[in-house]
Amino acid sequence: MGDVGKREDQSQASFDGESAAVLTRELRESFNLGKTRSFQWRSNQLKGLLRMMEEKEADIMGALYSDLAKPQLESYLHEISMAKESVTFAMKNLKSWMKPKKVGSQAATFPSSANIVPEPFGVVLIISAWNYPFLLSIDPVIGAIAAGNAVVLKPSEIAPATSSLFARLLPEYVDDLCIKVVEGAVVETTALLEQKWDKIFYTGNGRVGRIVMAAAAKHLTPVILELGGKSPVVVDSNVDLKVATKRIAVGKWGCSSGQACIAPDYIITTKSLAPKLLDSMKITLERFYGKEPLESSDLARIVNSNHFARLSKLLDDDLVSGKIVYGGKRDEKRLRIAPTLLLDVPEDSLIMKDEIFGPLLPIITVDKIEDSIGVINSRTKPLAAYLFTKDKKLEKMFVENVSAGGMSINETVLHLANKNLPFGGVGESGIGAYHGQFSFDAFSHKKAVLSRNFYGEVSARYPPYTARKQRILRALLNFDIIGLILALVWHKS
Amino acid sequence: MGDVGKRDEVLHSENAAMVVRGLRESFNLGKTRSFQWRKNQLEGILRMIEEREGEIMEALYSDLAKPQMESFLHEISMAKGACMVALKNLKSWMKPEKVGTLLSTYPSTSSIVPEPFGVVLIISAWNYPFLLSIEPVIGAIAAGNAVVLKPSEISPATSSLLARLLPQYTDNLCVKVVEGAVTETTALLEQKWDKIFYTGNGRVGRLVMAAAAKHLTPVVLELGGKSPVVVDSNIDLKVAMKRIAVGKWGCTSGQACIAPDYIITTKSFASKVADEMIATVQKFYGKNPLESTDLARIVNSNHFARLSKLLDDDLVSGKIVYGGQRDEKRLRIAPTLMLDVPEDSLIMRDEIFGPLLPIITVDKIQDSFDFINSRTKPLAAYLFTNDKQLEKMFVENVSAGGMCVNDTVLHMANKNLPFGGVGESGTGAYHGKFSFDAFSHKKSVLSRNFGGEIGARYPPYTPRKQKIVRALLSGDIIGLIMILFFSKSS
Repeated sequence: MGDVGKREDQSQASFDGESAAVLTRELRESFNLGKTRSFQWRSNQLKGLLRMMEEKEADIMGALYSDLAKPQLESYLHEISMAKESVTFAMKNLKSWMKPKKVGSQAATFPSSANIVPEPFGVVLIISAWNYPFLLSIDPVIGAIAAGNAVVLKPSEIAPATSSLFARLLPEYVDDLCIKVVEGAVVETTALLEQKWDKIFYTGNGRVGRIVMAAAAKHLTPVILELGGKSPVVVDSNVDLKVATKRIAVGKWGCSSGQACIAPDYIITTKSLAPKLLDSMKITLERFYGKEPLESSDLARIVNSNHFARLSKLLDDDLVSGKIVYGGKRDEKRLRIAPTLLLDVPEDSLIMKDEIFGPLLPIITVDKIEDSIGVINSRTKPLAAYLFTKDKKLEKMFVENVSAGGMSINETVLHLANKNLPFGGVGESGIGAYHGQFSFDAFSHKKAVLSRNFYGEVSARYPPYTARKQRILRALLNFDIIGLILALVWHKS
Repeated sequence: MGDVGKRDEVLHSENAAMVVRGLRESFNLGKTRSFQWRKNQLEGILRMIEEREGEIMEALYSDLAKPQMESFLHEISMAKGACMVALKNLKSWMKPEKVGTLLSTYPSTSSIVPEPFGVVLIISAWNYPFLLSIEPVIGAIAAGNAVVLKPSEISPATSSLLARLLPQYTDNLCVKVVEGAVTETTALLEQKWDKIFYTGNGRVGRLVMAAAAKHLTPVVLELGGKSPVVVDSNIDLKVAMKRIAVGKWGCTSGQACIAPDYIITTKSFASKVADEMIATVQKFYGKNPLESTDLARIVNSNHFARLSKLLDDDLVSGKIVYGGQRDEKRLRIAPTLMLDVPEDSLIMRDEIFGPLLPIITVDKIQDSFDFINSRTKPLAAYLFTNDKQLEKMFVENVSAGGMCVNDTVLHMANKNLPFGGVGESGTGAYHGKFSFDAFSHKKSVLSRNFGGEIGARYPPYTPRKQKIVRALLSGDIIGLIMILFFSKSS
């Protein structure tokens, strides 16, 4: 198993522009042969993916543990279970998604039928991320396959065990002439991005997102960019603090130790509620992870030493040194950082600058809870925004005035689990969306088709133009019934 | 009001930044969000179209010598229609859409809430200079955005008209017109927009998307391509030729993104097609088409030269079977038909965008699909046939922005159909509700209360909790009952 991984690495070592060009050419040939178009083919690939998840669950869990020390319950809940649901949902709905959708036609084109016909874009590139390395690869792949595309998946090299696993397993379960895995880092990704793709789906950060879009621009390739941001949690008074802090904590530390694009990034609450909130959060954390959280097996580790150093720097920032009110312990050798709370950090501290993506949770305070909306809107649009409140008016104000990819009220993260909700960002947090049918739509071109026969001629539309013809058409277009009758009477000639 | 729009003034980056800043302030004040504001702007635009129809028609005549019928049918009427559809449906479009919610978050509600992107840039084109400016603006406003419209400088009369009239009929703190050419457009593209909507060609489309990439700005690119018309035998050839001709020369003399670009038919049928088309063109435009007032002119001398070059290409000079007359002074080219042009001729390379119609021939009609697919994806593709199987094959195997069977161009007029390209012909779509969607972010909102706690989801994780969660997620009813039993604790 490990040997195959090594062999893959050696053969990948020379993956350059030339190899990437050959790869896309092959996939385009397969696509042009029509292989990926049939319901049967798509259904078979999806079944294969489901079988892979069922038969190789342990391997997948093993890889996730190797990459992130992900607790088993998280791996199961967030990656395997979500991926399984995604594929079964696609299988269940595929036939109906593929069906052309009939839409209304106008009197002016009578008789005619109008349809919206979904078709695959062609050959698509999916670049995945390291924090949910299984789910964030499989979920877009499911959408691409359901929509009838040929696919190249580039898993993140920062999660090497899961990347290897894909390279090894996917060819065993799906049609590897149409679905390929390319492992690698910057060199390989750059080579891939030079090619002409029919769609690119990227999950990651804004810096690379810009590079992806710029590369796509050269070929007019449409993109979906699932990025991130600082997802705020506004906590109002008069809420059930016990439940609130549990739901915030599980959305933060229960999601790869905060290394999740929609993990709560920071809390905003009133100066008056802050101490109570803090106390409740401390109790929750101790209940979840005990007195020695660095030893808890229910916490994922930090993915690598780069990110560990990045997070350490946030804690070592002078501006926040006196603000750590809980946690702060680190273990560099084991790449572990304990759940850490900071209170009243300055808005210009490092920790409030970029997405934290780790187990540190700052709490900022405002005078009135409504002020939190101004704080959030003064920053770039986040991928998610959260509010805990019983005040329906505040909820309405929040939903109407805060722009974010998505929102949960009195909950964190879970909007992602609803297949009926589009999942994606806005502004700095991304472009486009997926999940459920939105995944199918993300990888489909919706082709408009108007179909007529040779009757229903309206000769008024043809030159030579006359004032009379113009009058007829005006009537027709204004739904003028009298005029319409006149038009029908005239059209015989 | 007119200061920013004065064509004499070169708009530098500082000015562009100032425009955006002003609009962003207006937007952040929430001005464009209310139903009332949006309704007022749309009503203003509708009033503008009704009250100023004469001036609009004049501007279109000045820019393109557009026949009144075309100006009415394609620009005024379509723009009015877009406005009215938006006004009629605005309330329902703005409404959050409730969707099914999760059992595991019971009780909860899930909705999709549309919100404006913010400050958007719309760059329009010269061939339908009124419609292609107004229709995206309608979508942007309906969705609650603040808007900058940059009309094409290649249609200067319409550009001026929009700069002059829009401020009189809409809220000019939130809807602005910036006139100009490359310098001004470049200055605008350097700014950070929340969405950019561009209509034009692929070369500039790439520049627009590259500029947008710097700010992660989403784009809609309405581009073009060579829209093929496949003509099968056993059809009503008379009706077919009329519908092709009006879609070609009846649309700004072929200067339309979805005008039929070239015909493909079988070798055996080609001469019948050519003959009937010649008869149709004569019926439409008479024996001296250069004198016909029912034909638009070529927009400017650059494009006239470009089209002349296509006709002067050695590879096609012997293939002209009708037309070919030109009048450089009046920028007019007669409807011209070419038969059996070689695939590597200039005229078969890029989008023609003019009154020249080549006919290519194949052995079997099905071969035409491979021919089309060997080229970049067009904005539109057309097929004339009575053969339902051929129609099915066409729809399933040819990829294009949109299609008409047994007609041309009309799919664009159906507001229930998304209008946009694919591949080289563009990304994104609009018209009708798709315009509203094009300028909206669909925000997911999941709302719960504090009940319905499921203790199994919280650490410390135990095998028992994992079993419970597995049961819940796999919809295991027995397991679910067990959970309800167990979930009382926190």
